[in-house]
Amino acid sequence: MTHVLDPNALDGAGSQDTAPGTPPEPFADVTRSGDAFRAFLHGLPGVDQVGAEIRAKVLGTRSIKTTAKAWAIDTAISMVDLTTLEGADTPGKVRSLAAKARRPDPEDLTCPSVAAVCVYGDLADVAKRALEGTDVRVAAVATAFPSGRASRAVKLADVRDAVANGADEIDMVIDRGAFLAGRYLDVFDEIVAVKEACGPAHLKVILETGELVTYDNVRRASWLAMLAGGDFIKTSTGKISPASTLPVCLVMLEAVRDFRAATGRQVGLKPAGGIRTTKDAIKHLVLVNETAGADWLSPDWFRLGASSLLNDLLLQRQKLRTGHYSGPDHVSVD
Amino acid sequence: MSDRLAVRKTYKLYLGGAFPRSESGRTYEVTDARGHFLANAARASRKDARDAVVAARGAFAMWSGATAYNRGQVLYRVAEVMEGRAAQFAEEVAAGEGLSAGKARASVDAAIDRWVWYAGWTDKLAGVLGSSNPVAGPYFGFSVPEPTGVVAVLAPQRSSLLGLVSVVAPVLAAGNTAVVVSSLERPLPAITLGEVLATSDVPGGVANLLTGDAAELAPWLAEHADVDGIDLAGAPTPLAMELERSAAGTIKRVLRTPAEEPDWTADPGLSRMRPFLETKSVWHPIGV
Repeated sequence: MTHVLDPNALDGAGSQDTAPGTPPEPFADVTRSGDAFRAFLHGLPGVDQVGAEIRAKVLGTRSIKTTAKAWAIDTAISMVDLTTLEGADTPGKVRSLAAKARRPDPEDLTCPSVAAVCVYGDLADVAKRALEGTDVRVAAVATAFPSGRASRAVKLADVRDAVANGADEIDMVIDRGAFLAGRYLDVFDEIVAVKEACGPAHLKVILETGELVTYDNVRRASWLAMLAGGDFIKTSTGKISPASTLPVCLVMLEAVRDFRAATGRQVGLKPAGGIRTTKDAIKHLVLVNETAGADWLSPDWFRLGASSLLNDLLLQRQKLRTGHYSGPDHVSVD
Repeated sequence: MSDRLAVRKTYKLYLGGAFPRSESGRTYEVTDARGHFLANAARASRKDARDAVVAARGAFAMWSGATAYNRGQVLYRVAEVMEGRAAQFAEEVAAGEGLSAGKARASVDAAIDRWVWYAGWTDKLAGVLGSSNPVAGPYFGFSVPEPTGVVAVLAPQRSSLLGLVSVVAPVLAAGNTAVVVSSLERPLPAITLGEVLATSDVPGGVANLLTGDAAELAPWLAEHADVDGIDLAGAPTPLAMELERSAAGTIKRVLRTPAEEPDWTADPGLSRMRPFLETKSVWHPIGV
């Protein structure tokens, strides 16, 4: 099955009825002061670390075979944000990635396109032109990715530049230094400012969970990003280890689920980094279905940030189609 | 009678330089030539075979890229370690094949000698199979043999060590990496060979030894798009033709099954190395 991205799906949910920077009801007043915000975030229920890890591990043992596996593989392909974030990226490499994004398996026309191509902001226009006439979106990382260490003016200029270059989606990083120092309102204000600078582009907020140390912090950062108006929350930049893990995804899925229950606004989730095999991808889909629910099982609400994952998905897809094992000679070298 | 507790061995696969149990968790009973119980060996599944191919593919660049001299040294080291394990090999061969102690030991010696012989060939293949070609122009024309890639080897069903060595060593000497399916009824020498390979400088993944039923595993290996060649030495006769047909689907090099299991003590010549070597010819301008 093929998911066609509904361009209005996120617009409706992403827009806020109130002034920018005001969290949705019933949380409108939690950001009235730094102390109030800290009290709110620290008042969120603590995460049961052992419980979360066991839950994620148990859900990872589900056996998904035959037709369910075929569905899962196609769904996963349609959720991939095909990513290249290297210093050595060239326009040629971005174009070849875009070609792969629109038609991942040139031998099989039934293979769905991926959700988006994710590049640095200066290459967004190359990706945009290469993807004209397709449903594949262009995501650009901004705000001094991956460290986020720059002044706010520079970060906002970075965002505006990427949007001007044609990015449909902006992947921003939060200021982990400020977050860990407890200056939550600074982080909040920055996300609000970036959201404003994004204009029509959707905002994904990268928490870089590998630097947040605890699951409690992951839950707080998730709520912070959602309250500030992020359309997606994203686990990691993929530049540091550990990147995305299943328990972290579980905590974040609980956050988006609880947030929608409380405010009526649905926020998407994008795990990124370290998801390399079809098995990993299917484990994530199971986790989504069992935690947030089937509403999130669409590229509008769940993405997989990856580069090498796509080739493994294609190999598994070929295996299901032909009945024999395929090999790396039968997919492109990225 | 000793009151010491018996230390029983778990017979496992050799895959990617490690000794895992079969992914499927299956085992089967191995008996000696008279039907007495010897061991519970792992019965490899198609997914073990798949994992073995991934390991072999991963090891190929390093093994084929090593100098021929270095490969020869590593293979010779294997023979040295086999020599130290000769008594264990002889016991397993005697039990499995029903040979007397003396005949089993002679068979083990022949297997070790065969390994040394192949170790010596690594840096001579290019000289014997390659050539400097006469060309009508100011060019050099060279033809050099290069390893084919990942080779699936169905080891002989009867000769459990000499036969095994005679099919595995040539594949490795030529610079290929191997996924080997052992004899179904006589797998113990193959398991011990895995332990030898693991302790003799052979990089993990270069040789992967699966114990189990070739009739079950071979079709998956023959069809596998990432396997470049297949040696059908131990293929069950009714299946061999079918395997050759599926191997053609991905244009594999195929070494056919002989009508009967050959006498492995005979001089093999280059017959088992040549099929898994590709010839690359290059033109090069003659310098001034």
